[in-house]
Amino acid sequence: MSTTGKKSWNWSLWIGFLFALAGFLSYTFFAQFPITRDFPWANLLFFAVGGILLVLGLFRAFGKPQVYRGKIFGAILATLGILMFAFFSYVFFYVLRQVPPSTGAPRVGQKAPEFTLSNQDGKEVSLSDLVGRSKAVALIFYRGFW
Amino acid sequence: MDTPEINRRQRQKLGYTYTFLSDPKVEVIRRYDLLHHGAGPKGTDIARPAEFFIDSNGIIRWVNLTENIAVRARPEQVLEAFELTEQPASR
Repeated sequence: MSTTGKKSWNWSLWIGFLFALAGFLSYTFFAQFPITRDFPWANLLFFAVGGILLVLGLFRAFGKPQVYRGKIFGAILATLGILMFAFFSYVFFYVLRQVPPSTGAPRVGQKAPEFTLSNQDGKEVSLSDLVGRSKAVALIFYRGFW
Repeated sequence: MDTPEINRRQRQKLGYTYTFLSDPKVEVIRRYDLLHHGAGPKGTDIARPAEFFIDSNGIIRWVNLTENIAVRARPEQVLEAFELTEQPASR
């Protein structure tokens, strides 16, 4: 970029890009709270604000090129923003939904199938042991501590 | 699949007091039809997330099979399920 000294800093492009980046990277934080985990409201809000600012920045860069900078890096930042949004949406709305149907899983009203497995101390524990000594048992299948 | 040793350390670290069971051969996961083929580290088989609430007679009173891995049962749902098990089974 040559003699751009007189042109104004196109802040809206950079701030918009930072918002998009925040939307892209912050899900692990928002996943701690059910309301922002079950549906990524917070992330989509970041992307929305980022998108508005990026569009505003591009309008400035291309509409008033004599006043604002950013024709080239604006296009690059906007493309990166779109790619991050696309990848985020693909993972959240497609990849995370690729769950097996589990049509053969035990249903309400059935007896829970009996099993015996090692507990955290290597001791064998049966479901019937747990049921026998409790009012109720919450049986949770998870993936690597989440 | 976490071994009992990993479960012991994690349980201690996180301060949980309930039982952690290890299913290294994914036998129980398979029996409950909860296998998520190849979804674990390095393409290993792991469980899809699932929650069951079982009453003192061993009868399942509540099941939660999520359609999105990110969406899990909330504590209040599990407490509701517990209240359900306090009532006699309707069938």
